[in-house]
Amino acid sequence: MNRLSETYTVNGHYDEMMVKKGQCRDHYCPFNEVLDSIPSGKLAELQQATDRAQIAMGMTFNVYHDNKGVEKILPLDIIPRIISGSEWSLVEQGLKQRVHALNLFIQDIYNKQRIIKDGIVPKEMIYSSGNYLKPLEDWTPPQGIWCHISGSDLVRDNDGTFYVLEDNLRCPSGVSYLLENREILKRVYPNLFSNLGVRHVSDYPSKLLRMLQYLSGKDQPIVGLLTPGVFNSAYFEHSYLAQLMGIELVVGQDLVTNNDKLYMKTTQGLHQVDVLYRRIDDTFLDPLTFNPSSMLGAHGLFNAYRKGNLALANAPGTGIADDKAVYAYVPRIIKYYLDEDPILANVKTYICAEEEDRKYVLEHIDELVVKETNAAGGYGMLIGPKSTREEHEKFKKLIAANPRNYIAQPTLSLSTVPTLIDDIIEPRHVDLRPFILYGEEIEVHPGALTRVALKKGSLVVNSSQGGGSKDTWVLYN
Amino acid sequence: MLSRVADSIYWIGRYIERAENYARFIDVNFNLMLDLPPSMKEQWDPLISATGDRDVFVSLYKNFDRVSAIHFLAFDLENPNSMFSCISNARENSRMVREKITKESWEKLNEIYLFMKEGAEREVWKLDDPRSFINDVKYGIQLLYGISDNSVARTDGWHYLRLGQYLERADKTSRILDVKYHILLPSVQEVGSTIDILHWMALLKSVSGFNIYRQVYGSIEPKSIVEFLVLNKYFPRSIYFSLMEAQECLHRLTNSTGRGFKNTSEKRLGSLCSQLEYYDVNDVIDIGIHEFLDDLQLKINHISDAIHANFFTIGDSLTMQKQFNNS
Repeated sequence: MNRLSETYTVNGHYDEMMVKKGQCRDHYCPFNEVLDSIPSGKLAELQQATDRAQIAMGMTFNVYHDNKGVEKILPLDIIPRIISGSEWSLVEQGLKQRVHALNLFIQDIYNKQRIIKDGIVPKEMIYSSGNYLKPLEDWTPPQGIWCHISGSDLVRDNDGTFYVLEDNLRCPSGVSYLLENREILKRVYPNLFSNLGVRHVSDYPSKLLRMLQYLSGKDQPIVGLLTPGVFNSAYFEHSYLAQLMGIELVVGQDLVTNNDKLYMKTTQGLHQVDVLYRRIDDTFLDPLTFNPSSMLGAHGLFNAYRKGNLALANAPGTGIADDKAVYAYVPRIIKYYLDEDPILANVKTYICAEEEDRKYVLEHIDELVVKETNAAGGYGMLIGPKSTREEHEKFKKLIAANPRNYIAQPTLSLSTVPTLIDDIIEPRHVDLRPFILYGEEIEVHPGALTRVALKKGSLVVNSSQGGGSKDTWVLYN
Repeated sequence: MLSRVADSIYWIGRYIERAENYARFIDVNFNLMLDLPPSMKEQWDPLISATGDRDVFVSLYKNFDRVSAIHFLAFDLENPNSMFSCISNARENSRMVREKITKESWEKLNEIYLFMKEGAEREVWKLDDPRSFINDVKYGIQLLYGISDNSVARTDGWHYLRLGQYLERADKTSRILDVKYHILLPSVQEVGSTIDILHWMALLKSVSGFNIYRQVYGSIEPKSIVEFLVLNKYFPRSIYFSLMEAQECLHRLTNSTGRGFKNTSEKRLGSLCSQLEYYDVNDVIDIGIHEFLDDLQLKINHISDAIHANFFTIGDSLTMQKQFNNS
């Protein structure tokens, strides 16, 4: 009997480490022994050292709308989330399949629209989406790839089944935490990694760079990373990745176009940019084509792209495939393009734009999670069972007024992982965000960002709402 | 290199050097005051005047007392040139160009910032003797230089950093020397007295030049000290040495041979270096030390303006591109 087995109670949800009180899952056992050998009090010390390391490394993000310069860290919990090799291989296969199908879907939607003509996805669903971008019609991006980098959010239900909660196909963030978390935990548990057979993650920047270079026809293309700037909450990640790839980190003011080519302003004049890994939203890329008030992109950038003088990752327009209403169709999309059954399950989704579903949602709102189709970051969301009657009524009105804007899903129970809370280890809910690169082939990086809801009982893992992160160890076996 | 990035790096060089020099300013003045005869009041006004920010000080504080002066020079974020302002700006610039800065340098700078911030929260300026804190910041900065020296590649970024650093140093050494001009002695008879000598010694110590000076010149003579700090060819904090280093950086950046000039920055800096090269200390004294230093500071500002125009703004980058294509 060890410490955790005595004190840790699985609270009815699927726990990643313990089957039940006193019984550890096989792939967690070696870690459990190490945990047990760490004297009481020492864990809290290690945790504090981890917090300090993050501050010293400047792994901070600015809080929006705050010019006081308050800087926060995304707290890293030192107890890792471990995934066995066999479970990972399922996730890997499932995500490859999904991204493959979604890429075909985007290509089809902006071109022949077979899937609409064949009656699989309703036309209105596409055209009513704010993420459908007309300027991309009749366009095939370089190498036919739209979603080069994606980061799907997965959760595990009570029975241990993985579900895809959403597909993030618009330059998702978080990968820098995946990489830095690992560097920090290597200091915390120096001997554990090789003993346990943890797959390494540090080659992500090389893979990303190779993928970006592949998008250009040139031998030695100039690649840049376009960031909104130092006040963006993901700025740390942008500069971090640019540094690790050895590419230029640019902001809009560094860029200028001429003759449908994109240039950056250097101390030695203008240099052409061939590939841009852009971390700003589609509609901010070019004030000429999209949002005219955007200061973040460059005038004429989109023309440079359409003339084939510039590759963009991700391609503009991918948002149509991670629209929360389109999400409901993903299993059918996979079947349609690949003639395969989905390997990873979708969460049952009610589309409020469809009458029958809407009726169900309005009647069962107290049991459901209602989400805005275009919102992100845990905002614009109603968790039925945890909300008041007034909130239910408010959302009923919102749905009735603008049904296209809402979907609903049954409340999933997220799995838990032991988490250090003030020197005591307690279960906390987590999700899983693996990163998928689509270049010459589709590759799922063998690691992930595990976000953890640090508030007791909370299911909201977003960093903007009290979430933290965990290092995620994917094992060889 | 991106113009914006070059601009940021140049200013990191200037800010850090400025912060280090302010630490030296505070240290030298603090030491000077300890040597004053009991009849005399502490003098912080001369130091504030030498920094060129007297007007800002007067708008924020009532008296030129020690606590106010140290707060103003070290911690006041309303003084854009205080140590804390400079360190914060250097760190913010580094964040903007983080991908161009080595991990070790960034972490060290971040640490200095956090140390400074913690000092501000502790209100270190109210201590009887805040010198050990100020010196720790100085050592932190020197460690940062050591780290950069052994980890940064000698490409454009390095030259922009050093360009900023050496221009700033030339300016600040001139201001340290100017403090002596502003400090009042009890009477004219005291010129050349023990106190006067003590002041000159403190000044040399503040630029870490006391021992080298002794080895080269022996006795403490104001004229020799001026020669040492302005014209010495080997001492790394002398004005001449700093400007020559800055010039070397400019040449590296424009790939020039060192003959003539390719742009306004090189023209202005080159003229100033030549002027000093053919000066001896009597020329400086003939002009008047304070007048000479004033003029020098103005020229350094003009050089910095030219650097901005030649390297950091796109209009001039385009002109430069033409120049490069033609050459």
